[in-house]
Amino acid sequence: MEGKKMKNVKKKIAMYWGAGCGGCDVSLLGIHEKLLDLLDEIEIVFWPCAMDIKYEDLEKMEDKSIDIAFYNGAIRTEENEEIAKLLRKKAKLMVAYGSCAIEGCVIGLANLYNKKEIFEAVYLKNETTKEKILPSRDLPEFLPYLKTLDQVVKVDAFIPGCPPPKPVLEEALDALLQGKTKFGKEVALCEECPRKDTKPEKIEISKFYRWHEKEDNGECFLAQGIICMGPATRAGCKGECISANIPCTGCMGALPRVRDQGAAMLSAIASLLDVEDEKEDEVIDSIKDIIGTFYKYSTAKLLPRGGMKDES
Amino acid sequence: MARRIGVFVCHCGVNIAGVVDVERVAEEIKKHPNVVFATTYQYMCSDPGQNLIRQKIEEENLDAVVIAACSPAMHEETFRNVCKDYFNPYRCEMANIREQCSWVHDGKEATEKAIKIVKATVEKLKENEDLLPILVPVEKRCLVIGGGIAGIQAALDIADAGYEVILVEKEPSIGGRMAQLSETFPTLDCSQCILTPKMVALSRHPKVKLYAYSEILDISGYVGNFTVKILKKPRYVDEDKCTVCGDCEKVCPVIVPNEFEMGRKPRKAIYIPFPQAVPSTYTLDREACLGLAPLTCAQCKDACEAGAIDYDMQPKIVEEKVGAIIVATGYNLYDKNKLVEYGYGEDDDIITSLEFERMLSASGPTQGKIIKPSTGEVPKKIVFIQCAGSRDRQHMPYCSSICCMYTAKHALLYKHHVPDGEAYVFYIDIRATGKGYEEFIARVMEEERINYIRGKVAKIYREGNKLIVCGVDTLTGRRIEIKADLVVLAMAIVGKEETKEIAKLLKVAIDEGGFLKESHPKLKPVEALSRGIYFAGCCQSPKDIPSAVAQASAAASKVLALFAKDRLEKDPLVAVIDEEHCSGCGVCISVCPYGAMTWQNGKAKCIEALCEGCGTCAAACPSNNIEMRNFKDEQIEKMVEVVI
Ligand SMILES: Cc1cc2nc3c(=O)[nH]c(=O)nc-3n(C[C@H](O)[C@H](O)[C@H](O)COP(=O)(O)OP(=O)(O)OC[C@H]3O[C@@H](n4cnc5c(N)ncnc54)[C@H](O)[C@@H]3O)c2cc1C
Ligand code: SF4
Ligand code: SF4
Ligand code: SF4
Ligand code: SF4
Ligand code: SF4
Repeated sequence: MEGKKMKNVKKKIAMYWGAGCGGCDVSLLGIHEKLLDLLDEIEIVFWPCAMDIKYEDLEKMEDKSIDIAFYNGAIRTEENEEIAKLLRKKAKLMVAYGSCAIEGCVIGLANLYNKKEIFEAVYLKNETTKEKILPSRDLPEFLPYLKTLDQVVKVDAFIPGCPPPKPVLEEALDALLQGKTKFGKEVALCEECPRKDTKPEKIEISKFYRWHEKEDNGECFLAQGIICMGPATRAGCKGECISANIPCTGCMGALPRVRDQGAAMLSAIASLLDVEDEKEDEVIDSIKDIIGTFYKYSTAKLLPRGGMKDES
Repeated sequence: MARRIGVFVCHCGVNIAGVVDVERVAEEIKKHPNVVFATTYQYMCSDPGQNLIRQKIEEENLDAVVIAACSPAMHEETFRNVCKDYFNPYRCEMANIREQCSWVHDGKEATEKAIKIVKATVEKLKENEDLLPILVPVEKRCLVIGGGIAGIQAALDIADAGYEVILVEKEPSIGGRMAQLSETFPTLDCSQCILTPKMVALSRHPKVKLYAYSEILDISGYVGNFTVKILKKPRYVDEDKCTVCGDCEKVCPVIVPNEFEMGRKPRKAIYIPFPQAVPSTYTLDREACLGLAPLTCAQCKDACEAGAIDYDMQPKIVEEKVGAIIVATGYNLYDKNKLVEYGYGEDDDIITSLEFERMLSASGPTQGKIIKPSTGEVPKKIVFIQCAGSRDRQHMPYCSSICCMYTAKHALLYKHHVPDGEAYVFYIDIRATGKGYEEFIARVMEEERINYIRGKVAKIYREGNKLIVCGVDTLTGRRIEIKADLVVLAMAIVGKEETKEIAKLLKVAIDEGGFLKESHPKLKPVEALSRGIYFAGCCQSPKDIPSAVAQASAAASKVLALFAKDRLEKDPLVAVIDEEHCSGCGVCISVCPYGAMTWQNGKAKCIEALCEGCGTCAAACPSNNIEMRNFKDEQIEKMVEVVI
């Protein structure tokens, strides 16, 4: 740290908010005092949410003049896609920031439907929408399906989480400022879970409960029959949700050796079932919303072309 | 270094070549990268076949081979042994083009599939690592659970070979069911007379440590290295001091039913199950006793001149280390109350076959007299019902295997006791497959004039002093009604509840009848799926004494083979965990069917000696953190690639 300060060459940083909830932009503020330390080392050159800057200004910047560009949110519109490409051109390091940019996140669930279905649901059939108007004029085109950042441009580093939890972000920023693009834990959440020591000798599940359906006895959620994505989810958050008595939903994404987080967890859970063959179907049916449970964050990765049904 | 792979395609007579164009398989595979040689042969596993492999390995300078033939379960060992002389045996793989191809397909597709199977196997082989067997030390002591005839025989065989045996019997005495029987078919020797010498031999054997009146609490470990926790229940009588004088029994005021007599005779709270019991000692039944305290009763303690009675005796837990385990926990009879639809339930004059055995025994509740329990009279008409609860979809679907034989014995003994009596036997078929058995049945049917009726009993009901047995003779179609004095049910033989608990500890599967499941019904009938665990006697399936004894000796010989080596060699195809990246989620530990995955410092650890390489854990690990040796993800991917 000290050495860098003496050099006093501040790294140029950009941050862009694509299709996402905005939590990621806020998460950067969530590192509190650390942000002030950081400001000694960085210069923010582009952050539409926090400073007055136009796309033309970005265009004018020299290629590769930005040291690190953080892109949060997914790519849902032509505008998102354009800025992603532009940032890629201007930045030395392109970083996918948060679950939406990395794997599509909750809004990636929209890839289960086509554009028409989405527009109908949102603008026409939604009960709270009084004037049924489809947006048309002067808006960037809504893409046929949602894309993740690395489906559009080459990405150098990934900061997982929805949004990236504080310890994850701190480690990532330290690493990136030192030019490292590999960081974070490569082990699943159970390792650092506050409930780990309550795991029984053997986990056997004979019935699934939704989180609100069972009185929490304070033990490992999975052992209680409450689906916890922790075993299939990268550690690093220190079990923020578990500490708040909420099972992990998997926002940190799959382990490095796993291609499909949902499938990994499903096969683990299927192996843990302790019911007679005839009752298996019934027990499996008691899992509500399979996709929302196991693919809450990774549907866009799973269905990059959008849609499970055959449609154009 | 690129492998030089040779492929040997077997015809297996017409088994493979009759369906698959083996020549084309060889031609096609020759074109596959790294395959430098391919040929076919009539029977690869024959001596000339094996020699062909040797010759080609030398001539063609092969450093790995694929044998495209039957299942690796059949001949992998054969071919790996051939290759062992030239290179690491794990460079030999079998491609199963018989069970998985020629036997289940036909036409052109079969050949295409065979080619794909062989290609996939070549791809797997390319990435195989050279491996050495895992060596596991062996504790050369054997645990036998259950002291019936099967357990006794197995223990004696092993002890006679010079190895220590720990025999655990939960009842006060060893002997099991055989001690309850009167005379045994087909030669009608007295059961006790042939059993007791073995019981005594066992108790005197310097290599046998007998824990009677004891229970297994826990078993951990694996082949060669089990740790067993045994609970020695307090008898409150010192085995060494008790002289079996019986003074205590005389004064004891408590009377309860005697289990050994199937409840048909009383015993005291302090008792010996039968006179020849081993160990030879009285046992105080704590549940029945008035209080175990000098103030409440203490009559027995006062009466015992030997000073053998000790009310302060405590349960003891001992730990023993053993290398092998034989389970010989025997059988029970199916509960006759479950046959209510026939009216078999509560009537005093409807008894089970084991109750009848006790009745026939000179030391039994009636001193060997056959009586009608309700009145004490000699029954003049007796009905035996075979397959009671067996071969019945509503109850036990299987054949209990010995009921035909002992029912014939019962009918014969009845005629010897009551020459002017009439005996009827209801049967479905007569199954008398043992040596001398058919002759025995013929003798009973002809010489003793027993009425064998082919058919099932539909209902039994009481009419005054008699039981009315209604059935149909399926040979003549005639309806039959017999006014019987006594009905004897040849109840189905079922596994014991206790066996289920032992099976759980040992992670052995149990079938619908409650019997232990063997590793292979034909080729490994006395072995469990996990190594180092063997079965003997009726806990594996219903059987007669000769079969139980033979199985016991078979199990013993398996144990002796295990003990013949100081270290066990084990297939190294085990699960390998990347410890650094294990989160300790516990999924693998929960799913391993062999108990090979355990906790260690919050992470999973594979006990290689126990791992059977089944891959369940690798498929379940949500971190994809477990790799099967020589079945790595990359190998599987390459195999899939050439197949699709
Ligand atoms: C009515 C009848 C008549 C028969 N007549 C004949 C005949 O004439 N000829 C013939 O060949 N066969 C006959 N049989 C069959 C014969 O009884 C069996 O073949 C034989 O007894 C089987 O011996 P075993 O050692 O397998 O089981 P068992 O005799 O049942 O012995 C098992 C032992 O294990 C003990 N045990 C159980 N669980 C545990 C535990 N958890 N821990 C410690 N100990 C445990 C039990 O207490 C028992 O001592 C007859 C069977 C019946 C029902
Ligand atoms: S399964 Fe969930 S609750 Fe259980 S230890 Fe893992 S992260 Fe914690
Ligand atoms: S516990 Fe799971 S869902 Fe919650 S922050 Fe951590 S990774 Fe995300
Ligand atoms: S009185 Fe004593 S020695 Fe005699 S049988 Fe009873 S316990 Fe044994
Ligand atoms: S491979 Fe099978 S036996 Fe071995 S540890 Fe895994 S689950 Fe257990
Ligand atoms: S399943 Fe995988 S991550 Fe979980 S304990 Fe086993 S090896 Fe570790």
